[in-house]
Amino acid sequence: MTSITLTINGERRTVNVPPMKRLLDVLREDLHLTGAKEGCGEGECGSCSVLISRDGGPAELTNSCLVPVLQAEGAQITTIEGLAPADAAKLHPIQQCFLEHGGAQCGICTPGMVLATHHLLAKYPHPTLPQIQEGLAGNLCRCTGYMRIFEAVEAAAGASKAGKPGP
Amino acid sequence: MRSNVTEYDLIAPATLPAALAALAENPGRYTPIAGGTELMVALSAGRLAQRQLLSLHKLRELRFIDVLPDSITIGAGTTFTDLRKHPVIASDFALLARAGSWLGSIANQNRATIGGNIVNASPAADSPPALLVYEAQVTLVSNRGARTIPYDQFHLSYKKTVLEPGELLFSISLPRRFGAYRSYIRKVGTRNAQAISKIALAGLALISEGKIADIRLGAASLREVPTRCIATEQALLNQTLSPESLPALIASARAALANEVRPIDDIRSTARYRAAVAANLLEEFLRGL
Amino acid sequence: MTTPGPIVGSSPIRKEGLAKVTGRAQYVDDIALPGMWHGATVRSTIARGRITSIAFDPSIPWDEFCIVTAADIPGENTIIHLTKDHPCLAAEHINHPAEPVLLLAHPDKHALHAALAAVRITYEEQPGVFTIEDSEAGAGGDAAKVIWQGDDPKHHSPNTFKTFLMQSGDDPAEHDAALAAAFASADFIVEGEYRTGAQEQLYIENNGVIAEAFRAADGTLESVTVSGSMQCPYYLVHALTLVFGLPAEKCRVIQTETGGAFGGKEDFPSVIGSHAALLAMKCGHPVKITYDRAEDLIATTKRHPSRTRHRTAVSREGKLLAGEIEVVIDGGAYSTLSPVVLSRATIHAPGPYHWPHVTVRARAMATNVAPHGAFRGFGAPQSLFALERHMDKIAKAVGLTPEELRRRNLLGTGMKTATGQLLSDPVDMQGMLTRALTESNYHARRAEFDRMNPASPIKRGIGFATFMHGSGFTGSGERRLNSLVKIELTRDGRPRILVSSTEFGQGTNTILAQVCAQTLRIPYEDVLVAQPDTKIVPNSGPTVASRTAMIVGKLVERASQSLLTLLAPYLTFPDPTADFDYSTACEVPPNYTPADFTRAALSYLKQHGALVAEARYESPGNIFWDDDKYKGEAYPTYAWAVYVAEVAVDTRTYSATVTEFHALQEVGKVIHPVLAKGQIEGGVAQGIGYALYEKCVYVDGLMRNNQMTNYIMPTSADIPPIFVHFDEVPSIHGPSGAKGIGELPMDGPAPAILNAIEHATGISFTEIPLLPEDIFERMTNPGVAHSSRSDEWGTTRGSDGLNATDRDTPSEVTA
Repeated sequence: MTSITLTINGERRTVNVPPMKRLLDVLREDLHLTGAKEGCGEGECGSCSVLISRDGGPAELTNSCLVPVLQAEGAQITTIEGLAPADAAKLHPIQQCFLEHGGAQCGICTPGMVLATHHLLAKYPHPTLPQIQEGLAGNLCRCTGYMRIFEAVEAAAGASKAGKPGP
Repeated sequence: MRSNVTEYDLIAPATLPAALAALAENPGRYTPIAGGTELMVALSAGRLAQRQLLSLHKLRELRFIDVLPDSITIGAGTTFTDLRKHPVIASDFALLARAGSWLGSIANQNRATIGGNIVNASPAADSPPALLVYEAQVTLVSNRGARTIPYDQFHLSYKKTVLEPGELLFSISLPRRFGAYRSYIRKVGTRNAQAISKIALAGLALISEGKIADIRLGAASLREVPTRCIATEQALLNQTLSPESLPALIASARAALANEVRPIDDIRSTARYRAAVAANLLEEFLRGL
Repeated sequence: MTTPGPIVGSSPIRKEGLAKVTGRAQYVDDIALPGMWHGATVRSTIARGRITSIAFDPSIPWDEFCIVTAADIPGENTIIHLTKDHPCLAAEHINHPAEPVLLLAHPDKHALHAALAAVRITYEEQPGVFTIEDSEAGAGGDAAKVIWQGDDPKHHSPNTFKTFLMQSGDDPAEHDAALAAAFASADFIVEGEYRTGAQEQLYIENNGVIAEAFRAADGTLESVTVSGSMQCPYYLVHALTLVFGLPAEKCRVIQTETGGAFGGKEDFPSVIGSHAALLAMKCGHPVKITYDRAEDLIATTKRHPSRTRHRTAVSREGKLLAGEIEVVIDGGAYSTLSPVVLSRATIHAPGPYHWPHVTVRARAMATNVAPHGAFRGFGAPQSLFALERHMDKIAKAVGLTPEELRRRNLLGTGMKTATGQLLSDPVDMQGMLTRALTESNYHARRAEFDRMNPASPIKRGIGFATFMHGSGFTGSGERRLNSLVKIELTRDGRPRILVSSTEFGQGTNTILAQVCAQTLRIPYEDVLVAQPDTKIVPNSGPTVASRTAMIVGKLVERASQSLLTLLAPYLTFPDPTADFDYSTACEVPPNYTPADFTRAALSYLKQHGALVAEARYESPGNIFWDDDKYKGEAYPTYAWAVYVAEVAVDTRTYSATVTEFHALQEVGKVIHPVLAKGQIEGGVAQGIGYALYEKCVYVDGLMRNNQMTNYIMPTSADIPPIFVHFDEVPSIHGPSGAKGIGELPMDGPAPAILNAIEHATGISFTEIPLLPEDIFERMTNPGVAHSSRSDEWGTTRGSDGLNATDRDTPSEVTA
């Protein structure tokens, strides 16, 4: 067991876990943040996506199933639970756009898809369709055929363009 | 079913010398882990044989891109996202930037390192074909010192490399002398993204006075290791490029390639397909010269 | 009663959407119960044989573990679907790889990994049967290849789970004669054989459940409760009643948020749910079993592989004169749902065309692979793939365009389907074909590609498929289901829908709430939908078969109407008044506000304590189905569609890519346009995967590419622009005229894509998935058939009555 301190959604948390425990399992089992899901366990489906930044660097989209928790020590981690407060009136614009455009069906890929969109829009505030396709290609969705998701992403980009709080 | 993580240990030395010391202390005890995009998959699948791992993830000494007038040196801990963002790699080593864009997904590129991509020694890895044609040199370090060898001597056989116990890949250097070369790279994967290559081909050629003055070809998934196609290069070197000569040139290049590749049937493709598509890609490269 | 208002046809936010976009939705693996243990499954390592010994390696502290074998089952060792051939745990015989043999549970999930490896099972192995052809050999008398006998040899040939014979006409003898005459006089006889592969549903949430068992004071098992990811809670109730020998009311099932299903959580939860409940019973703790992806892929159901043969008599003018169709599906090791999958495959095999004479012979065969099961489309994608490829082949033989051949044979209003069903609702496939080809710019593109292709290494093509999909259960299924829907008033006067119909992404909660809100004339937001828990919701049937919008939606509409009738006096005078006798029946007032509704609801509750309105399925009087003759109204109604695919085939890599897709369908009234588009687009994407990417690689019956890295589903970079078009022709069978929509989009993409590939390359491919390696083999070796099998049936005709003589026919196309 190793004592590991991480900053999760702005809050410093210390866990006492095996160092090779996957960040995904630490989030879900030790910190009870179950928004990140396991779909494949091999970095293929993106359901376990979180945003990780270090030393004030940019937030990087990361498959938490591929991160031994020791490697996340000292990092700042944003999970879906940290994207918007638990208050419907203050959804993040990306979440709002996913709701309105049918970007979420069964919902299991949605937390990862929303975070991947967040990462994409931070890089390209007004992404082209190929940029959207590339940015989300690591997040598999079996329900939508991606069309509603693309529309949600474009709407979210438009929302930030229109001066609403951006991602 | 997932491995029991309580049976595994992971240490994270704070500096490269500390990491090398730990590796030297008990050679073979620790398996280095960088971005984890390979070893963590094995852990999840319950088949990670190595029980003691040493994290390179936070070693700043390994994450750099040094640009000199005539070369560029890339630290082994450089992620594919770092590579794709770098202006000199984009301008001078476009094939490498392109290959980096094919690796897994954005999330994988944020974690996976070029060093891991090389050391993992998969014949299907994305960066090696580009590194081979750019005549990369690799520098290996251990507690005993450093050595630099041409990358095309790094892979010995399937999943076997020249790395000795206690030794790490430190950096990859590429000479900046291919500005005048025409280049080609194409990956044929199982789908457009998040794909493992069935075959990939990178090519560089210098055309001078209507002749192929220099040519290099690097391929993935055609042999048990990432491979330079030397015999095919020889068949093309100093040959005249003209509309009249092209068909014969292509035929001889295809024949040379067929002769030197050893593709296999596996879960993702067939040997026949790989050989045929490799030849088609080569032809596409030659027709574009 | 009520007039369609703005709620049905609008696109409100999905009911559980907020929980999903914020990550707060609770899927089964997000839930932990106090004292919960974790379960795992020890599986066979052989495909077929007999267990000779089971040993437990002493390195493991087995006393810490709960171990369940077949001997622990208190009731019957069976997973009930339609028959009882499927054991809950293998007791002696193994019939497929990765078959469950015993179950382990432990408080610490980490302890299970080593324990699973420490259970040593030895076997007496027998050779397995892995192909339809080998299974047929068993059925035909090769005793070494008989792997399944069934409990009733009179009704089952060896290895044969089910057979159907569907014939047009009323008199079989007359039909046979007419069919033979049609073949004898035909200008063309066109034959073809078509194959489809297994397909994984690949829901992103793997199968998982949590079970609890409760004992009476004397220790006897009293009840079991299973919560989990599933489509059909009452299917699992039924399975549990047999495994535990408990009455249905003692087997409680709760659906948790379900992360995709597509049929993959129709029948399988009966297996994993029974397993977890057995462990819970034995260890005395709640037990969770969730599969990881590798286990889910080797152990759970996939779409049935199929082989369909067509032999068609056609006139010079391109009229279908007669057809013989043979549909065979590979059911895997146990019968499970194969008979009903086969039924839908059979009925859809003749497609949306008029056949003067047609015979369909169908059978479901046993093989030593994990049982195949439900997957969106349920047999129809298989037989429609064959038909729509075959129609293009016929067109070529006759010398007509694919469009013109179909125009000469499409069904329309007032015509009869192959089962003799009169199409009394308006059907305008001719108009739909025109619209789909216009929307996709089909003719101009076709001409453009024909012009550009010769000089390009990229060959482009465009193709289409015309098809239909029956809404609701097949035949007398809905009558047998006898579904019940309830709507109750909550204490604050809001209607709450009580159904066992489940939400797994398709929008059940949302569309049923829309129907209820519209009927009650209150805001959508005011309607609640109960979590499916068999303790409180009635059996409104399984959530399958494109039946939820139409059948259950109609019941919700009717229950809402009866709720209104009960409330009518209170709506007339919403504020309690002594001057009115509220027991007086009265008309629902034409105008009332949502506030009036709430006041009326509260008044009613104050007076009566509770209000529960209900509606039970009533078969429309004009629907009749004869199971024996396989005739009549196969479905209450059909959804109709024309799908157009545009492809690019790269002759350097032999890869085919879909570059644009148009999906036009007539699904009755569209209840929620955004959800409906999402259904179509998602189905098309799965269809693209079915056609070009998704291959289950089996070795000795075991899926070897059981990882998401190696089972290739399309990513966001692989899907072309999908344009969705609706024609809306309201049907009397659904609420506000809605029909079924969920499965339809799975049927059309594969044949449309392969038709487009034939246009692009000139090569008629007959088998899916069609991978670059397959295209390569055909392009570079024109004589080599797909997968080294004969793709044309002409030379390998079977002995099953389809080999009617055609010596006198002037022309036969078998090339």
